[in-house]
Amino acid sequence: MHKFFIRSFVSSLVLLFTFTVAAIAKDVKAAFVYIGPTGDHGWTYQHDVGRKAVEAAGFKTTYVEGVPESADAERVLRQLANSGHDVIFTTSFGYMNPTNKVAKEFPNVKFEHATGYKREHPNVSTYAARFYEGRTILGTIAGTMTKSNVIGYVASFPIPEVIRGINSFTLAAQKVNPNIKTKIVWAFTWYDPGKEAEAAKALIDQGADVIAQHTDSTAIVQIAEKAGVYAFGQASDMDKFAPKAVLTSVENNWGPYYVDRVKAVANGTWSQKDTWHGIGDGMVVISDLDSQMPADLRSKVKKLQADLASGKVHSFTGPIYDQKGNLMVAEGKTADDGMLAGMMTYVKGVEGDIPK
Amino acid sequence: MIIDINFIGLIIASIMASAVPLILASCGELITERSGVLNLGVEGMMIIGAISGFALMTVTGSLIIAVFGAMLAGVLISTIFAFLTQTLITNHVATGLALTIFGIGISAMIGKNFVGIPGKEFPVLFEGLKDTIPLFGPILFGHSIVFYFAFALPFITSYFLKKTKIGLIVRAVGDSPESASNQGINVRLVRYACILYGGAMSGLAGAYLSMIYTPQWIENMTGGRGWIALALVVFSTWNPIKILIGAMIFGGLTIIQFHMQAIGVRIPVQFLTALPYIVTIIVLVVISRDSRKIRLSTPSSLGKSFHKDN
Repeated sequence: MHKFFIRSFVSSLVLLFTFTVAAIAKDVKAAFVYIGPTGDHGWTYQHDVGRKAVEAAGFKTTYVEGVPESADAERVLRQLANSGHDVIFTTSFGYMNPTNKVAKEFPNVKFEHATGYKREHPNVSTYAARFYEGRTILGTIAGTMTKSNVIGYVASFPIPEVIRGINSFTLAAQKVNPNIKTKIVWAFTWYDPGKEAEAAKALIDQGADVIAQHTDSTAIVQIAEKAGVYAFGQASDMDKFAPKAVLTSVENNWGPYYVDRVKAVANGTWSQKDTWHGIGDGMVVISDLDSQMPADLRSKVKKLQADLASGKVHSFTGPIYDQKGNLMVAEGKTADDGMLAGMMTYVKGVEGDIPK
Repeated sequence: MIIDINFIGLIIASIMASAVPLILASCGELITERSGVLNLGVEGMMIIGAISGFALMTVTGSLIIAVFGAMLAGVLISTIFAFLTQTLITNHVATGLALTIFGIGISAMIGKNFVGIPGKEFPVLFEGLKDTIPLFGPILFGHSIVFYFAFALPFITSYFLKKTKIGLIVRAVGDSPESASNQGINVRLVRYACILYGGAMSGLAGAYLSMIYTPQWIENMTGGRGWIALALVVFSTWNPIKILIGAMIFGGLTIIQFHMQAIGVRIPVQFLTALPYIVTIIVLVVISRDSRKIRLSTPSSLGKSFHKDN
């Protein structure tokens, strides 16, 4: 009897051990941390589309949605790292410090932080998309389509990512229409349909006839549809929410990158890197162009898209001046990535001050 | 900078539109609280109303079914609260909080299938009269039926509580359930009814958001309005007319700060964003400073469970 127990105990230990080893070797588990709900049909929704691509490639994934950019994020990250996840994607700028902090405690877990710039430990990579390339296209369309020469822009938070978008949009619009003005309203939220709608209404009341947005919900394009002005979809194709208003959308396409990185973890080839992909690499995708746009504008946009992809055209090509008229980028030069990453001044033609 | 008289009318109209969900939910909660029950589940009931209204509209295609269905959903979820707090005598605060968390969770679950579907146009009344009167045209005309109902509701509620027998019974139950019970009033029944009514109004407020205000379903789309509605009830010292004032101030400042930004007024944006909250609280504190009056108008048994001896 005694022997039987010992034998079964030992054999079960062996079994358990082999299973664990097998699990470590084969099943790579990826976790995703989201700022909003997966049902926002915007930023988080697109990350979740990327996550599903990872699932489709045969890996296990989990996600936590609606995680605030506070101490809560640390708690969630620690929990995920503790529960056997091999790679964790943190998909909002505000997770930057929590990600690096928790990464230090779990050197064997890989961390991938979206839109940030801090890689304090070898197991932290950062990745972002060159959304500003998409905004160059939106600016070109807005500058051509506006009749009032006032373009509204609903912004979220004053961080380089958003300022860069405003600037790239305005520069492109000025190129096709030197008389335009960009009016900015800061909603101080990434995601609040009611607030975003009110911000858009205020801009329309102030004479804006094209509205761009750097917030995540579909409320703004719907307001534009009602008011009979133009708008652009953010993060995902929002055309069906406002078929008349939406001229095109800038879509975020994370899937290929996510699959790539999770595969790298599985193969053991993962290493720290900083990825910043744009239209050329397919991370930024321009949706179908609306037929309300004149044919020559559409072909111009197509060409611009190809030139941005090939690198022939850069969104920030000099001469670029700031609001006070100081030279930011000299003629014939383009802004380097360091300048883009830290951009915290408006270019000439943007109205108002950046909130401090 | 465009400032003409119709523009001011338009701004006032959009302020009123943003106040509608607050007025509806607050007036519903006010009746609940007047009967002595503190239901912190407003946010949860609202979001359930929002998803139910939107889902029913998408599935049945009928706006009438959707609006009443949303109210019914509010009633159903508040029945859970009523059963727990009145029949099983659980703590009001804890149960209400649980109701909110439950509502947000379950709405997200039901809502998964309704993300990314555009809403339907909700009919507005008197659209043609909008341009007939300067300033007042856009304020008075061209709104949905729910809008008009919301602005009538505080007055109806006030009349109901002050002038009708049932209103008196509700107040009696809230102020002294023991005496009311001794008078032969079924305290539990009255409280059940008031909770369900509050649920219906919160459901309607949610449906207004998902079907009329921003016609779409997105998770968490109530965005804390349920909590604002709760705060308005307290600061209004349980007076429906003051709820109207509070909701207009809150809605007004939220919208005006965006207009100030768009016009280019150089005030720190963060301050403007916080303004609605700060000013609403200050104003409501000022208009309800009379401590004797507050004592008189606060339902004395608010949030206390009532145990009937038999």
